[in-house]
Amino acid sequence: MSVLQTIWLIVRKDLTIETRSGEIAFTTLFFAISCILAFAFALVREGKPPEDGGAGVLWIAIMFSGNLALGRTFERERQSETLRALLLAPTSRPAIYLGKLLGLMALLTAAELLLVPLVAYFFQAPMFRHPVWLTVIVVTGTLGFASVGTLFAAMLVRARSRDMLLPVLLYPLTFPVIMAGVRGTTALLQPEVDYALLRFWVQLLISFDAVFITLALWTFEPLMTDEQR
Amino acid sequence: MPSWFMRTAVACAALFIAALVFIALAPYERDMGLVQKIFYFHTPSAWMFLTAGVVCGVASARYLANPSPRFDRVAWASAELLVLFGAIALVTGPLWARKTWGVWWQWDVRLTSSLLGWMIGVAYLLVRRYAGPGSDKLAAGLALFGIANVPFIYISVNYWRTIHPPTSVVPKLPLSFGVPFYLSVTAFTLLFVMLLRLRVHLEEQRARMDSLYLSLDE
Amino acid sequence: MLDFHEVAAENVSRDFGRRRALSRVSFQIQRGRILGLLGPNGAGKSTMLSVLATLMRPSSGRIRYGDLQHDSHRSQVRARIGVLGHDLFLYGELTARENLAFFGGLYSIHDRYGAATDALARAGLSDRADDPVSSLSRGMRQRVALERALIQNPRLVLLDEPFTGLDDVSAGALVARLEQLRAAGAMVVLATHDLDIADGLLDEAIFLRDGRVAQAIARPEGLRSIYRHVIGREAQ
Repeated sequence: MSVLQTIWLIVRKDLTIETRSGEIAFTTLFFAISCILAFAFALVREGKPPEDGGAGVLWIAIMFSGNLALGRTFERERQSETLRALLLAPTSRPAIYLGKLLGLMALLTAAELLLVPLVAYFFQAPMFRHPVWLTVIVVTGTLGFASVGTLFAAMLVRARSRDMLLPVLLYPLTFPVIMAGVRGTTALLQPEVDYALLRFWVQLLISFDAVFITLALWTFEPLMTDEQR
Repeated sequence: MPSWFMRTAVACAALFIAALVFIALAPYERDMGLVQKIFYFHTPSAWMFLTAGVVCGVASARYLANPSPRFDRVAWASAELLVLFGAIALVTGPLWARKTWGVWWQWDVRLTSSLLGWMIGVAYLLVRRYAGPGSDKLAAGLALFGIANVPFIYISVNYWRTIHPPTSVVPKLPLSFGVPFYLSVTAFTLLFVMLLRLRVHLEEQRARMDSLYLSLDE
Repeated sequence: MLDFHEVAAENVSRDFGRRRALSRVSFQIQRGRILGLLGPNGAGKSTMLSVLATLMRPSSGRIRYGDLQHDSHRSQVRARIGVLGHDLFLYGELTARENLAFFGGLYSIHDRYGAATDALARAGLSDRADDPVSSLSRGMRQRVALERALIQNPRLVLLDEPFTGLDDVSAGALVARLEQLRAAGAMVVLATHDLDIADGLLDEAIFLRDGRVAQAIARPEGLRSIYRHVIGREAQ
């Protein structure tokens, strides 16, 4: 089975499970909403949100929701040891990684469809003024976060303290992504958009995505093999 | 204790004592006064922190390509040294900065990058300690991604103004400052190498113990 | 497609830090044979199966699949191995049919839904084919898991405690299935506690204790008394 077919098989399998049980989708979406509400209660004073607060809140919410979704997705593979079954089969390792990554991207994109309007409303951020640029920033940034996250969540499946270790590993490593996402979004929300600055952040995000997806594909096999009990 | 330890420890101690003497004798810097002398500890620590990062990253990459235990031990040992020297640099830096520029901390390029690098080092140690079986590979992956991240962290923070003194200060040091400084650097370097070798040796002994236990079983 | 006629463990040892789980274990198995790994808990049966399944590398020694070692043709060797683990390897939210079709796809089976239907018929579960696996009883899930392990027609079949929690009828069905596999020329390695069922089923029995081969017997009978004799003995 070719790599693309394998990826499609895995993505379809995850989507089927998700549409049946809805467990991860509902909890992630609800979590995303509560996250924004918590920030709104904490930061918005008498209807006035902090200056340029919307960008930061959006990306922190994406980070937290992503963390949760990652943990839950691989927890599911841990039950009945299905990740082991995937590794036992003659599937190419990169295909497993990419399949899981695409599934996660789909989930996070769904969450962002909720997050962006909520942030726009509560933090009075003109998110929809440049929808194309916004989509580019959000997608490349989420991809950067998800690419690192999928690899480490997969590795942590057999580890102890996995719930604690995932954020500990993830947050320092995805700092450039969050930074670029926040700065880029902030630049986009200004009344006068500095397109040069915006382009800089988007280019940084794209190169981050390219470098880290490649690195993850290279290291997925050595990192996942020879697992111990 | 390995055979080389005594000699190296004595040499190291001698270097530190010499450095301290010269540091005490060195003239006060015009503007900063006594506090400037922290520089003799801060900068070498920071350099050792960076060296440890490079060693850890390279050893981890080699370990993933070829799982020989030696690379794993070097990676772990250098991660510990990264956290140690990084902590020293991150504490002495603000002490100096407070006196000199009136702020404890600034989110400029070097400080932010160093802090993040240090946090990745701490994460590495947490993984080695708490992740259970397979933590060696996991930590190696973390170190590799950490090193790959450095240019991105640097670039992403870079647009802020930096208050760090420019690197060009060091090469132009006059002799009275230069001698204690380079003595200090040498002392720190020797300390780094000694600690690294000692720590790797400890892990080797541990592995030898394990295989002795196992051969008892035969 | 890759095939092999014999699988051999040659002086396989596996350590976890200070603990030696397997110590110089050697045995061979040919086509059309069922080999049993017997022994108390912690004897190393599951570890041996993991090594045979290419999930773990031995600390020393090697596994030979015909003329090949697992290191050189990893993915092709994996395609010819089927594993029924302790944890069944099934997605609870998917139906039996979907589980079988998914894994069929991973193993590049030509017509995976057709193969799934056939497998379900063999397991006698055609009427429950479209129920989520989590709604099936343990015995039924076991049957689906077994078919999942066999869907790619593996040459080497590894089973870890397959009789656990099965009633007599299901156990009997499993024994029949294993005998079918033997007749078809597969190699079956079975780790089990259940000596009464294993009696009469095994062509060879390897008794493991503390990671070592305590005894290897061809065509064993009266396993329970042999077991007591071999394992119950004090260490020399």
